[in-house]
Amino acid sequence: MKIKKISENVYEIPKEGKMLVPGIIYASEKLLESIKQDKSLEQVKNVAHLPGIIRASIALADAHQGYGFPIGGVAAFDLDKGIISPGGVGYDINCSVRLLKTNLTKKDILKKQKIVVEQLYRKIPSGVGRGSKFQITKDEFKKILKGGAQYMVKKGYGIKEDYLHTEEEGCMKEANPEKVSERAISRGIGQLGTLGAGNHFLEVQYVDEIFDEKTANILGVKKDQTTIMIHCGSRGFGHQVASDYIKKMENEYGFKNLPDRELINAPVKSQLGKDYMNAMAAAVNFAFANKQLITHWVREEMKYIFPNVKVDTIYDVCHNIAKFEEHIIGGKKKIVCVHRKGATRSFGPGRKEIPETYRKIGQPVLIPGSMGTASYLLIGTKKSEELTFGSCVHGAGRVKSRSSASKTLRGEEIKKQLGKKGIEIRAGGWKSLAEEAPEAYKDIEEVVRVVDELGISKKVARLKPLAVVKG
Amino acid sequence: MEKKFEFLEHTADIKFRAFGKTLGEVFENSALAISGIYSKERKISLKSKKKISVKGRDRESLLYNFIEELIFLVDSENFVVSKAKVSMKNTSLTAEIYGDDVKNYTDLDQIKSSTYHEMYIKKTKKGWEAQVVVDV
Repeated sequence: MKIKKISENVYEIPKEGKMLVPGIIYASEKLLESIKQDKSLEQVKNVAHLPGIIRASIALADAHQGYGFPIGGVAAFDLDKGIISPGGVGYDINCSVRLLKTNLTKKDILKKQKIVVEQLYRKIPSGVGRGSKFQITKDEFKKILKGGAQYMVKKGYGIKEDYLHTEEEGCMKEANPEKVSERAISRGIGQLGTLGAGNHFLEVQYVDEIFDEKTANILGVKKDQTTIMIHCGSRGFGHQVASDYIKKMENEYGFKNLPDRELINAPVKSQLGKDYMNAMAAAVNFAFANKQLITHWVREEMKYIFPNVKVDTIYDVCHNIAKFEEHIIGGKKKIVCVHRKGATRSFGPGRKEIPETYRKIGQPVLIPGSMGTASYLLIGTKKSEELTFGSCVHGAGRVKSRSSASKTLRGEEIKKQLGKKGIEIRAGGWKSLAEEAPEAYKDIEEVVRVVDELGISKKVARLKPLAVVKG
Repeated sequence: MEKKFEFLEHTADIKFRAFGKTLGEVFENSALAISGIYSKERKISLKSKKKISVKGRDRESLLYNFIEELIFLVDSENFVVSKAKVSMKNTSLTAEIYGDDVKNYTDLDQIKSSTYHEMYIKKTKKGWEAQVVVDV
């Protein structure tokens, strides 16, 4: 494949054949080499074939192979000529990250590290088959799909600031529970307030280093402070919504002309396109509500251990989502349909979508590292609006397959290594630990260095883990 | 004994190939692979049985829907597959699914969804072969 270096950290796959736009990769040479190891770049090319795509098919520094669209991919589509695709969002709709801050310090946690990890593990169901204690009727479930985190707060599970500090204020207005199948509801109804398995986690961290004192102050973050990160998505509910609409779109449009069956899509303005947006938004709200309930339980548990603790939401960002957003296209403001799959929104200062408290500085961007490594708090920029439709990376990005990771890395060994670094961990089993080992991911430091250098987000603080709960 | 299925390398997800003399056997062996993913290649007991019927628009979508049904049983009925007995008819099938309550296992993996990514079903010299990537 032809790849042209445009400038430092910017590479292009030139337009050829039926590609409508070029592919652009924002990565360092080192990360590009790792991205080349799988089919990510072929997938970037495939996305460039889709009708109505604007400017470029984009892959970010953490890109790896997905199904249809690459993970770490961004693509924007014209509302009249363009499409919306479940494969451009991913099966785990609104897989997302929430960062909480506390009035505790690293020292407070170190004194009670084991209790903290045990209590959180017991309180918040994780893994497969540890269903939710939160039992609800179907009617109530549909209200949650409509109201997201806002509805949960109204019911007493949290405070207003939680959803005000969440993308979309914790509720996508496009949601319509009537566009969701009974199958999806029966998969999701028992899963509210559960972490799930795989790469999802709950982590108690401390602020290891501050890079931008002024911004950190506004976000209420200082060195050695304790933070808590929640990473999870829309569980079986969202997976079923994605699967349902892939099938519906296949039946309506067929897939013969597509380079990959997973690229199935519908015109944005078609009935099916609108229906998918309504159903996807319901899954987005489910994920917001899920994290809201987990936040509530984290508060309860932390209060039990530290009676004077205060836990506040810094921000909550979506990773897998399609949204209608205003961007400058050819010098003019225009609403487009932005797909972010394994990518974080990273709007710069001034956008009305950013909560008032942060509007002057830009949107907080949260990048979780792999298990046992650092995570980052960054701030969105105008530059990202120019380059990547206001998007940034979502994590370190895998380099090793799960099976090869668990073949070469033993869970017991990893727990020991983490223990040496002072990290307490509680996981469903040894093997899931091995599959998520730090060695299975790209280097988060390199990924963050590149986005900071490109200016699509700027570093604010580095967070390091103290206690980890995994599915 | 002939190989029933095998796992292959894939960066983020899990890829497997299932083999069989008949198409039905490929589906049965795909169910074994799914069981192996959930259980991390340990044994799930055959404590209970469920009957399912699945339809597709072609062979691939039938396999996709069959796997989706197995995942659906985990999320909605807490039932994890051990093995399956499949009767095929064109692009529909009925199957008896043997398995157990997920609560009897502390360390199961999760499967988010079946996918069409790199999926194929083809005739080979020995019979049939299918390849599937599941999102985990």
